[in-house]
Amino acid sequence: MIMTYRDALAQALREEMQRDDRVFLMGEEVAAYQGAYKVSKGLLQEFGEMRVVDTPITELGFAGVGVGAAMVGLRPVIEFMTWNFALLALDQVVNAAAKMLYMSGGQFNVPIVFRGPNGAALQLAAQHSQAWESWLAHIPGLKVVTPATPSDAKGLLKSAIRDDNPVIVLEGEMLYNTRGEVPEGEHLVPIGVADRKREGTDCTVITYGKMVLVALQAADTLAPQGITLDVIDLRSVRPMDVPAIVDSVRRTNRAVVLEEGWEIAGIGAQIVDIVQRECFDDLDAPVVRVHQADTPMPYARNLERAAKPDLARTIAAVKRVLYVEA
Amino acid sequence: MATRVVMEALSPTMEEGRLVRWLKEEGATVVVGDVIAEIETDKAVMELAARADGVLRRRVLAEGATAPVGQLVGVIATADEDIAPLLGAPAPSAPAPSAPAPVAAAFVVGAGNGDRVRSSPLARRLASERGLDLDAVAGSGPAGRIIKRDVEAQVATQRSVPAPATALPAAAPPTTRRSGAVAPAAAAAAAGGPGDGYRDVPLTQIRRTIARRLSESIGPIPTFYLTVDCDMTRVAEMRQAMAALDDSYRVSVNDVMLKAVATALARHPEVNAHWLGDRIRFFERVHIGMAVAVDDGLITPVLFDADRKGLRQLARESRELAGRARDRKLTAAEYTGSTFSVSNLGMFGIEAFTAIINPPEVGILAIGAVEPRPVVLDGAVVVRQRMRLTMSCDHRVVDGATGATFLRTLRQLLENPLLMVA
Repeated sequence: MIMTYRDALAQALREEMQRDDRVFLMGEEVAAYQGAYKVSKGLLQEFGEMRVVDTPITELGFAGVGVGAAMVGLRPVIEFMTWNFALLALDQVVNAAAKMLYMSGGQFNVPIVFRGPNGAALQLAAQHSQAWESWLAHIPGLKVVTPATPSDAKGLLKSAIRDDNPVIVLEGEMLYNTRGEVPEGEHLVPIGVADRKREGTDCTVITYGKMVLVALQAADTLAPQGITLDVIDLRSVRPMDVPAIVDSVRRTNRAVVLEEGWEIAGIGAQIVDIVQRECFDDLDAPVVRVHQADTPMPYARNLERAAKPDLARTIAAVKRVLYVEA
Repeated sequence: MATRVVMEALSPTMEEGRLVRWLKEEGATVVVGDVIAEIETDKAVMELAARADGVLRRRVLAEGATAPVGQLVGVIATADEDIAPLLGAPAPSAPAPSAPAPVAAAFVVGAGNGDRVRSSPLARRLASERGLDLDAVAGSGPAGRIIKRDVEAQVATQRSVPAPATALPAAAPPTTRRSGAVAPAAAAAAAGGPGDGYRDVPLTQIRRTIARRLSESIGPIPTFYLTVDCDMTRVAEMRQAMAALDDSYRVSVNDVMLKAVATALARHPEVNAHWLGDRIRFFERVHIGMAVAVDDGLITPVLFDADRKGLRQLARESRELAGRARDRKLTAAEYTGSTFSVSNLGMFGIEAFTAIINPPEVGILAIGAVEPRPVVLDGAVVVRQRMRLTMSCDHRVVDGATGATFLRTLRQLLENPLLMVA
C-alpha cells in the first residue's frame, strides 16, 4: 500500500516490537512527545514505558546504556534526534558497539540499531546539516544502511533490528513525508544488496539515500533527450554491493557517483576506487563525482542551494562523462 | 629537427631487442609510421616504426646486434643537418622516451605528451578486439582522446569498404522481422562477451616460424581453403518434419548451419580462436559472427554462446539480428566479440565461394547453395540434396589437418542431424 517513509519506519518498529519482546526503543522525545519526527507515534501507548523510553539530552549516556543492554541480550533501537547530535555518542558507537564482538573474542555480540535523520534538511545551518555516512562506514564492525524509499525504509529497518550486529540506519528529514508503495505483509530488505531503481544504457548513476530522488529526477529530465540512466541505489553503503556496481558500469561504460556529503574521503571515493579497479577496461570516460561543496553548510538560502549537490550538477556530470555539450 | 631512433619496448616484458634487419637504407626518406627495422623481442619479431619525418641518416646498430631498450639505434634528420651531437650523446639510462615531468605538470591536461595516442580504456579494448590500430583512429574526446564512438565509427567505415569480388562474404537468409523478438540472451552474453572462458597459449618456435614464413608468402593472413561436399538430404527431411508440426518450428538452412557450426566449434576449440600476434587465444565459449549484407556493405552481428542455444532460438535471434543490422540498429556490443564467422550465399544460388577471414578470428565458413545433384551412392548414380562448404583458415593457427578434422565433424553433424542433440 502507499504510505509515507515515516509510517513505513513506524510500521517496521511496531512489527518488530510485536514479534520480539527483547526489542525496545530509546531516545530523546521518543515516548511522551511521540517522536521528534513522529516516527514513534503510538508506540508508548501500545508497548508501555518499559519498551519506549524517553532519555535526557545525553547522547553518549543513552547510547552506552543501549550497548550494555544489547550485550546482556536485549535488542535496543536507539533513536538520535539527528545524526548531528550523535557526534557526542560516537565513542559508544565506534569504540564499544563496533568492536565488542572482536575484542571479547566472540563472547559478546551487540545487536543494536542506531537510527535517525542524516544530512541536510533546509536552512539548519552548518552544525545541523551534515551527512555522516563516510564517518560511520569507515568503521569495521558497523553496517550502514541508507534507505531512500518507504519500502526500503521498512525492509531495511526490520533487517537491521534482526541483525545480530550493530547497524546504523541513516534516514532523512526531507524523506519522512515522501510517499511510496510498501509491500503488504512481511517485508525484509537484505542488508548489502543494491537496487536498480531505473534501467538505462547510457550512463550509470551510483547513489544512495535521498540523492536517489535526485538521480531519478535526472533520469526523467534526460530521457526526452535520448539519454537513459541506469540508477543504482546502493541502499547499504557498508557492506557495499560491488557486483551491482560492476555489472552496471560494464554495460554502460560510464559512471557518475552522486552523494550528499563532502568530497574528501567520501563514500563516492570508495565507489570510484571499485570502478577503476574492476571496470578499468570498460570505461570510456573518467568517473565523475557530484557532492556537497567543500565548506560548512551555509545558512543563507541561496548559498545553501549553491553548496548542495542537485539536479543541475548531476545532469552536467552525466553529460560530461557522455562527452555531450552541456 | 634530428630525432633519435631508439630501441623501443615492443613487448610489455621486453628489456632488450635484437635488430633482425634494417628495412631502410641510410639516406632513405622516411615518414612517421614507416617501418624501418625488424626487432626480435623476447616474444616475437616486431616492427620498429619511424617516429619522425626525414631521412634515415645513420643506422647505428648493426643487423644481428642486440641493444637494451632506450639505446640509440639510428638517427632520422633532414638531409644536411649536423647529427654529430646526437651520435655523441650518451644513451639515456631510463628506458622512458620522455623525461620525467615535474609532479605539478602531471595534472596539466595536454602538456608534454608528445605523440602518445590518448584513448579510453574501453576504446583500447574494443580496438584490440576488432584488430584495429588506434593510430588510424581520430579521437573526438577532450584533447583528442579516442573514445568508444570513434572506434565504432572506424569499424563502420572499414565494414563499408567493398570486399574483393572473388571473396565476398555476405548476406543472411531473407527474414520476416518479428516484432518484440529482442533476444535478451544475446544482450546478456554480450555484456560478458569473450574475455572470460578462454586460454592464451604463447607461440611455440614452430608456430612462430610457420606464421612468419607463410605471412611472407601470402598477405598478412596466410589463408588456405578447404572444401567439403555435404549430403543435406536428412537436414531437408528434418526441416520438413519440423515445419509440418507447426509454423513456429520452421527453420532455414542457415539456422541449421548455425547450429551445426556452433556444435562443431564446441568440439574443436582449436579453430575457435583469435590470432593476437604474440599468442593465440582459444575460446571456451562459441560466439558466431554471421555476415549480413546491408545497403552499402556488410556487417557481422554475433550469436553469443551459439552452442548453448537451441535451433529455434538461433532461428529467432539470427532473424532479429539480421533485421536490425539492415536497419542500422545494432549496438557495437552486438557486432563485436565473435570467435568464428559464417557467410552464406546459398540463397543466391552460389555453389561455392571463398570468404575472407574476419581478423583476429582464424577461420570463416562460406556456405553454398543446397541443390539436387547426381552423386554415386553404393555404386549407383542417384540424385541427392548436396551443399558445398568452403572454410578459409589462417595457417598461422590452423593447419590443414586441423581444419579438415573440424570440417569432418561438421559434415557428420549435417548428414546425421540427430547428432546435434546427441
